[in-house]
Amino acid sequence: MSQTSTFQIRTEEAPRLPAPVSTTGLIGWMRQNLFSSAGNTILTIFGILLAYSIFAPLIQFALIDAVWSGDNRDACVVPDGSTETVGACWAFVKAYFPQFIYGRYPTEEIYRVNIVYAMFAGLLIPMAIPSVPFKKLNAVLLLIVFPIIAYYLLTGLVIGSDVILPIVETPFWGGLLVTLVIAVTGITASLPLGILFALGRRSDMPIVKLVSVIFIEFWRGVPLITVLFMSSVMLPLFLPEGVTFDRLLRVLIGVTLFSAAYMAEVVRGGLQAIPKGQYEGAMALGLRFWPMMGLIILPQALKLVIPGIVNTFIGLFKDTTLVMIVGMFDLLGQIQTSTSDPNWASPTTGVTGYLFAAMIFFCFCFGMSRYSIFIEKKLHTGHKR
Amino acid sequence: MTTRDTEVAQPEARTSLINDPQARAIFFQVLLVAVLVFAGYVIVTNTVANLQRQNIASGYGFLENIAGFGISLTLIDYSETSSYGRAILVGLLNTVLVAVVGVVLASTLGFIIGVARLSKNWVISKLAYCYVEAIRNVPLLLQIVFWYFLLLNAVPSARNSMEAFGSVFLNNRGLFMPKPVFGPEAVLALGALIVAVVASIVIKIWASRRQMATGQQFPSGLTALGLIVLLPLAGLVVTGFPVTFDYPVLKGFNFVGGQRLIPEMIALITALSIYTSSFIAEIVRAGIQAVSHGQTEAAHALGLRHGPTLRLVIIPQAMRVIIPPLTSQYLNLTKNSSLAVAIAFPDLVSLGGTVLNQTGQAIEVISIWMLVYLSLSLITSAFMNWYNQKMALVER
Amino acid sequence: MSKNILPLALGAAMGIVASAAAAQAGTLDDVKAKGFIQCGVSQGLPGFSNPDAQGNWTGLDVDLCRAVSAAVFGTPDNVKYSPLSAKERFTALQSGEVDVLSRNTTWTLSRDTSLGLNFAGVNYYDGQGFMVRKDLGVSSALELSGASVCTQTGTTTELNIADYFRSNNMPYEVVAFEKLEEVVKAYDAGRCDVFSNDASGLYATRLTLTNPGDHIVLPEIISKEPLGPVVRHGDDQWFDVVKWTHNAMLNAEELGVNSSNVEEMKSSENPEIKRLLGVEGTFGEMLGLSNDWVVNIVKTVGNYGESFDRNVGPNTPLAISRGLNALWKDGGIQYAPPIR
Repeated sequence: MSQTSTFQIRTEEAPRLPAPVSTTGLIGWMRQNLFSSAGNTILTIFGILLAYSIFAPLIQFALIDAVWSGDNRDACVVPDGSTETVGACWAFVKAYFPQFIYGRYPTEEIYRVNIVYAMFAGLLIPMAIPSVPFKKLNAVLLLIVFPIIAYYLLTGLVIGSDVILPIVETPFWGGLLVTLVIAVTGITASLPLGILFALGRRSDMPIVKLVSVIFIEFWRGVPLITVLFMSSVMLPLFLPEGVTFDRLLRVLIGVTLFSAAYMAEVVRGGLQAIPKGQYEGAMALGLRFWPMMGLIILPQALKLVIPGIVNTFIGLFKDTTLVMIVGMFDLLGQIQTSTSDPNWASPTTGVTGYLFAAMIFFCFCFGMSRYSIFIEKKLHTGHKR
Repeated sequence: MTTRDTEVAQPEARTSLINDPQARAIFFQVLLVAVLVFAGYVIVTNTVANLQRQNIASGYGFLENIAGFGISLTLIDYSETSSYGRAILVGLLNTVLVAVVGVVLASTLGFIIGVARLSKNWVISKLAYCYVEAIRNVPLLLQIVFWYFLLLNAVPSARNSMEAFGSVFLNNRGLFMPKPVFGPEAVLALGALIVAVVASIVIKIWASRRQMATGQQFPSGLTALGLIVLLPLAGLVVTGFPVTFDYPVLKGFNFVGGQRLIPEMIALITALSIYTSSFIAEIVRAGIQAVSHGQTEAAHALGLRHGPTLRLVIIPQAMRVIIPPLTSQYLNLTKNSSLAVAIAFPDLVSLGGTVLNQTGQAIEVISIWMLVYLSLSLITSAFMNWYNQKMALVER
Repeated sequence: MSKNILPLALGAAMGIVASAAAAQAGTLDDVKAKGFIQCGVSQGLPGFSNPDAQGNWTGLDVDLCRAVSAAVFGTPDNVKYSPLSAKERFTALQSGEVDVLSRNTTWTLSRDTSLGLNFAGVNYYDGQGFMVRKDLGVSSALELSGASVCTQTGTTTELNIADYFRSNNMPYEVVAFEKLEEVVKAYDAGRCDVFSNDASGLYATRLTLTNPGDHIVLPEIISKEPLGPVVRHGDDQWFDVVKWTHNAMLNAEELGVNSSNVEEMKSSENPEIKRLLGVEGTFGEMLGLSNDWVVNIVKTVGNYGESFDRNVGPNTPLAISRGLNALWKDGGIQYAPPIR
């Protein structure tokens, strides 16, 4: 009995069907992420409405209704009887732009500030890109040579009676220049101090430890604004008669001590993350304390805390705005002063100025935080447990 | 034997003091103490000399003197004839007020944004992301002045106030609301409220014990809510509603009466809570992500729905990760409230500054600031440490 | 790594070198030695001390510092300006950061005594007033019951407001800002009904409002605000120099000596002018200056009247009339002791 097989054996692969329309492409993505359930749909609609109600007026104000050119407030003020709306007064920012960047630095000397900006960017960018070689040379240039050159370029240089670069007093500095000077000096000066106090806090010597703990907790416990008031009002009383400090220097001292405490805690985090074996290994090699720290522990610990340092820097960068309260003209202070210029007084001038300041700060801080995340990811690949 | 003796003895003899770690430690510490004492001595003598030479009075005696200036927001009795010390106390209470309200609002907002950031809904999570990045990358001071001047410019003047329910007014002098005024009979309602709170706590403890013992649940939350709302209400009904409302009325230039929130306070609290909430959102997100996904799956496997999973399994574990950084955010908020000085909110720093200006007692005023903020920091961190210990994983 | 960092820390700390002037007995010697006068001014008050876009300072208070520089150095330009907030101004002077504080500062007893300061005269007699919006329909300060008042913190202004409203039994609300600029902005935005400041300051700040024409200054003057330059206690020589610089400018105006006729006036027969311009007597030397000190002041800065007219007078945007600040013989109270 011949039996014909009822089985059908497929000899070739069935044609591949595309995935259902509802799971792929834009529609699928939308079904999955936006409209997966009734509640989710409501959320999506709510979110879209919310986004629209935030971004639409913002774009309307900052771009569509904005005034881009003009010589004085007339450009940004609605004429009497007119019903048109006037948005951001960018003409004002354009007119004041040099002041926002350089403060009242003398016009003929501004090239010096530009050189400093360019040098800083030129040294920082290769430093920040991990694949660029000559890191050691770069670090020496950035951390030792650059501050010295920048100092003389910004303040001026007089040897004997020869004026090589005319002196520019710090009250003439302002805007982004002051913001950057305070933030960058604050962070570079607070790093070594912070390392010292971090080591002190982990020290076995009770008094050293106590002093470090008190220092760190004191500065972390008080608001920066009181520190700034202290440096501007109280510090002069501490000095012997006749000795005075430049205002900017006083602010720098306050800011440095303040951020050193935060830096110390960041570095301490790094020190704690180094396994005990590293310490024991170094000691077994016969290294004393400083060589052990300098050659074995700190290089590892500091590498670990680069994201933390960048985050401290972001915080410090934002906090520089506080110097406005003690009467220095940082970026925000400069913008706030210029918005009260009667030539430009209009209902939107203030908001425009703040918007501009917010944009500048956002670009700097967001950029740095992205960089910190990038470094964090890069560092994590090697020793992720 | 002899050779061995010398071998042991020799290194001891050779260990000079310079190489003895203990001696070195003592030396360094003595040196440190000496440097500190010397620095302190120099500062103190300089200051004393400066003060004496210029005939500046020192000491805290000025706190008793009459202040003579007015304050726009006082929680305790204060008039121009009160003392400087009382003015500073008013400032301290205002700082605490802003800090407490700010912490509550920032936590609420931060938790919502943090959860939204993890939402499966793309629109919601991206919105939350934009919020966090936009807010935390812009300096707080800028946000404070921005909100303040936005409030002053966008809101109408007192005579053209925005109005709601005929009794709530918003204008550039602030937000005015009716203020309930309780008669003396309201004591009963207050007593009822206290009883309700105590009863709720007792029920909660009893309910959790019973659940531990028998597994039966009791709706303690609902009961508590009912008690806390109904009991005082009953108290009010029994005494015939001894509550009147003080309505704000436009009189002359401004509204008079009612409860008022000054624009400085609105702007400061708005800016502080929004700014801090963006950091709290990130902390909450990181905390929830730190709880392993297995926990969720296990909870689902046990038959828990999404809500109870989050409430009973995920959040309690996430809290352990969240609390320490949250503490420092609360401390930051408290310290950041000192930026009130930029918009004339009468907090500790701003009123202290006024006193400093009027009296010239820089050292005294600044030392009061530092002391107060340090104490606030220590109290907050002590409380949060206690809470953290309570929440901590009890390991066996 | 740490080895590289330590010297760096030192370098950074030394980065901006402190200008440590050696402590010396007299400010005058000190000033002569360093070659300039450090003058504390406001952070910007039109007419009194205000920087232009290039950072050149002008104003009545600035002119006083320039006059002192002219008296000491013969040129008015050896002045460096420290813009100071109301809060910093006294410490800055006490600590020696500035040599003279010329920052529309009110002379009061407590400042003269417990703050360790000396007021070297009054270069502007002022009084505190109120500015309101025209559309409030207010014509007198006594109608301000219940008003919100914006003012600057840490000034006598704040105290005067409290006194005034209290003594007239009027409720009020005070909103006190750290910086004048912020006060003006908040007032402009409508936070307050009233802006209170020294009357001169009211006129000056009205210029910076969005619509200056919408605001009026009420007639009431509620306080005496004698504004003048301030020096430290205990340095009488320097005190004299500042005091007599101001007096010399007044005397010059009284005697009709101004920047354009000062050279001719040297040959005047009037003995008072002769003494003033150092033709007769050694009055400059008595102050520790050269005898032609007044010539230098008047030639470069002008007399008091010129300085007033140039900075705040009727032909400036501030348009303030001389009023109390006219010379005594013209019905004002500016009266300088004679030089003899």
